[in-house]
Amino acid sequence: MVSDTRFIRFWILFGPPTLMTASILFFVLATVAIAAALGMLISRNPVNSALWLILNLFCVAGLYLTVNAEFIAVIQVLVYAGAIMVLFLFVIMLLNLAALPDVKSIEWRRVIAFFLGMGLLAMLMFVIASSLDMLPDPVSLEAAAETGSATELAKVLFTRYAMPLEIIGVLLLAATIGAVVIAKRKPV
Amino acid sequence: MEITLNWYLTLSALLFTMGVLGFLFRRNAIVMLMCVELMLNSVNISLVALSQSMADTAGQILVFFVMSVAAAEAAVGLALVIAIFRNKLTIDVTQINLFKY
Repeated sequence: MVSDTRFIRFWILFGPPTLMTASILFFVLATVAIAAALGMLISRNPVNSALWLILNLFCVAGLYLTVNAEFIAVIQVLVYAGAIMVLFLFVIMLLNLAALPDVKSIEWRRVIAFFLGMGLLAMLMFVIASSLDMLPDPVSLEAAAETGSATELAKVLFTRYAMPLEIIGVLLLAATIGAVVIAKRKPV
Repeated sequence: MEITLNWYLTLSALLFTMGVLGFLFRRNAIVMLMCVELMLNSVNISLVALSQSMADTAGQILVFFVMSVAAAEAAVGLALVIAIFRNKLTIDVTQINLFKY
């Protein structure tokens, strides 16, 4: 049996990592994720949209756990559901918006947008279906748990990808300064 | 029933399409930014699934960077929304037509 401590943690959370539990977990999380994304598209109030998106992001974090990518799952909850969505909710509440009025007539732009979206979906599905026999053979669960751990990711991140890490730090600084400058009240 | 890589890629494609549809359909600028987040997130799903199925860390490092860029994009985008709201008192993108004509 698996002796990896990381794997034991997954075991405590979700029961024995058999194929059955993993597939049930995947289907439940995927269904809720798609339903939450639909809720985000449909709901009229932006606050409801943001809350549906948060549910979707939590489901995606759970999906990362089903492939044993536990570091990315934690980062997903911290960065997306924690930081980014708080920023969105904060701005929505700061602006104090009412729901936009309904569109009365059928806009041709929307019909075209629908068909564009369906065309994109068909294209993506065609690519996935045509590459079915080219997908790599999956590695063992232990190897996957090893790859998704914070230790392994940190080793690569701070050696091979140290330069991109520094650049992303500069990017975040630039974005912070830019956001402050753009949103600043102009002196009159 | 075994969950293979295809299921993750299909879910990713579905979520990406929903993000694109939301971006094209909605008129609220903040919800459009949220749809962009949904698209970035769906790409992350396929990156993580591929990376884990090949036991290669590069994909997850890329996810890390995508998340950083998403955070930067959300900050700057929301700052732009606030600046536009201050001038035009609306964030309906059909009303924001300064560059039209």
